[in-house]
Amino acid sequence: MPNMENSLKKRQLLSAQIDLSKFNKDDFRKATDEEKKQQDVMGESTTFFKDGMRRLRKNHLAMGSIVVLVAILVIILFAPLFCPYTYEEIISINGVADATATNLAPMTYSPQEQAYMDSTGEHLFPHLFGTDKLGRDYFIRCIYGTRVSLAVGVLAAIMVLIIGVVYGSISGYAGGKVDMVMMRIVDVIYSLPDMLIIILLSVVFNERLAPIIKGTIFAKLGANMLSMFFVFGLLYWVTMARLIRGQILAIKNNEYVLAAKAIGTPNGRILRRHILPNCLSVIIITTALQVPSAIFTESYLSFLGLGVSAPLTSLGSLANDARQAMQSYPYRLVIPAIIIVLIVLALNLIGDGLRDAFDSKLD
Amino acid sequence: MTKYIIKRILLAIMSIIIVSAITFFVMELIPGGPFNKEKATSPQAQAALEARYNLDKPVGQQYLIYMGNIAHGDWGVSLKNGREIWPDMISRFKISAKLGFSAIVVATIIGVILGSIAALTRNKLPDRIIVFFTTLGTAMPSFVLATLLMLVFCLKLQLIPVWNSYNPNYVLPIIALSVYPMAYITRLTKTSMLDALNQDYIRTAKAKGVSKAKVIFVHALRNALIPVVTYLGPEVAYILTGSMVVENIFTIGGLGTAFVTSIVNRDYTTIMAVTLFLAILMVVANLLTDIAYKLIDPRINFN
Repeated sequence: MPNMENSLKKRQLLSAQIDLSKFNKDDFRKATDEEKKQQDVMGESTTFFKDGMRRLRKNHLAMGSIVVLVAILVIILFAPLFCPYTYEEIISINGVADATATNLAPMTYSPQEQAYMDSTGEHLFPHLFGTDKLGRDYFIRCIYGTRVSLAVGVLAAIMVLIIGVVYGSISGYAGGKVDMVMMRIVDVIYSLPDMLIIILLSVVFNERLAPIIKGTIFAKLGANMLSMFFVFGLLYWVTMARLIRGQILAIKNNEYVLAAKAIGTPNGRILRRHILPNCLSVIIITTALQVPSAIFTESYLSFLGLGVSAPLTSLGSLANDARQAMQSYPYRLVIPAIIIVLIVLALNLIGDGLRDAFDSKLD
Repeated sequence: MTKYIIKRILLAIMSIIIVSAITFFVMELIPGGPFNKEKATSPQAQAALEARYNLDKPVGQQYLIYMGNIAHGDWGVSLKNGREIWPDMISRFKISAKLGFSAIVVATIIGVILGSIAALTRNKLPDRIIVFFTTLGTAMPSFVLATLLMLVFCLKLQLIPVWNSYNPNYVLPIIALSVYPMAYITRLTKTSMLDALNQDYIRTAKAKGVSKAKVIFVHALRNALIPVVTYLGPEVAYILTGSMVVENIFTIGGLGTAFVTSIVNRDYTTIMAVTLFLAILMVVANLLTDIAYKLIDPRINFN
């Protein structure tokens, strides 16, 4: 007790003084580098891109969609290597067309194929999805249909990206009268009923382009495909251009742009180096969401019979062809339908995920 | 406000003129005239026909004649069957309008209800179910949905008879047309409802002891509906174009079917008339939507 009383007294007297008797020499060692690092409260510096990717990785739906999409891509890229049939080839045995191989159910063989396999002991590649009414392997047609639909979507999105970004940045950066005229043009295109014009132009280009491209590499794509790209490029860039212009109007008054101007940086370089990188999130998101919408439009046109020309096919034309025999062979309609829904769903979810990850302002 | 409306109307008129010009001149590009049949017509008869339909005049003049006639209410005659286009178009449009209008009403009402439920039960089971189906709905093209519905209900289960003009059953076509806009409206309502529920005036209303139903229906929903109004214009456009495939699938003799048939038949005057007619409808729908939006929400500036 007396001891405690003593210490209390001491503290009351000189409370600011540290009781040195409690410490020894070891307590005054200099901190090692490792220990210093432990005290560091700053995380590693991240970039805009890394930050967005971190958020995207946490989004299970978007990541799942990426997995589905990659799986579809792998299948459509590599399946033709394993599958011995082609999309336009009618099943034949020893070079003779097999008339019995039409309208086969999935995973079955025609009587002739069966006889052939029995006699030679060779195992033929199964018709995973059966065959169509002309006796073509339906699996490989679906693969090519998916390729065409995806290619149309991606190319259309790239076209929209290029035209929209160039137009929008010129309009936004130039400002004044140039901006006004350019935006009035956008307003008018925006108010046009796009689907009607797409249908109309597809009809006409189809007729007009066919003789022109005959014999060139484009002939293989078909006039329908080209006219579709043309129409997409003509009409669909306006949304992108509007968004980019809005972004640029907001960014171009920032101090760093003024600084760049002050040291005499050329306009093109300011746009490319200082302004467009700041619009990146809008560009990425809009492009990502453009792909499914182009696939939608393409399948719609193909369904009306204005899409890719036979024997090439797309998911929309596959579904359209399947319509006549819908009651007897429903799977032929269901398979391309499922593929369209899967692709569009995955792309939509990825687009939404990108928006959540890269555009924190839109929350 | 008046200035805005005048500006908007001028823009709408300009769009209609542009569409009509595009339609007319694009049609001229198609090789082969409407009188090119397998059986050769004598040159005299050909010339007489062309003179009868003003096809021998320069294209620019043909366009002016055509637009002049439209302004007088004369939409021309079909080059295929020689009948007046206007009465035929109107009788077909009545079918399409019935279908389209029902689809819009169904999509809007159910969309708003589902969207509100989703917002009020955020992250709970009903919300999750609704989000699942709306995500699916926006990924399903109308023709896929229409054919699948037809396959399941008409052909496999035989619950609903296939459409015919004596016994029209609009249920399946309406579903096929309305699912996409419904899903879209649900998402829109959910977002704006969540936004509205977080506003200060909702907290004030709750604090004053206003009943929960009144807070939701009077204070939140009314404000949440403003963004939904903006979608009505695009919705009309979607339904009009969507009805082309849906009518085709269900073999409904509406305007959509007529349009597709006239494209196949290269029936210039009908294509021109239907395009112009639909374009006017869409442009007017957009115009009304924009004006309604500005009238409802006075916060928006008119520049």
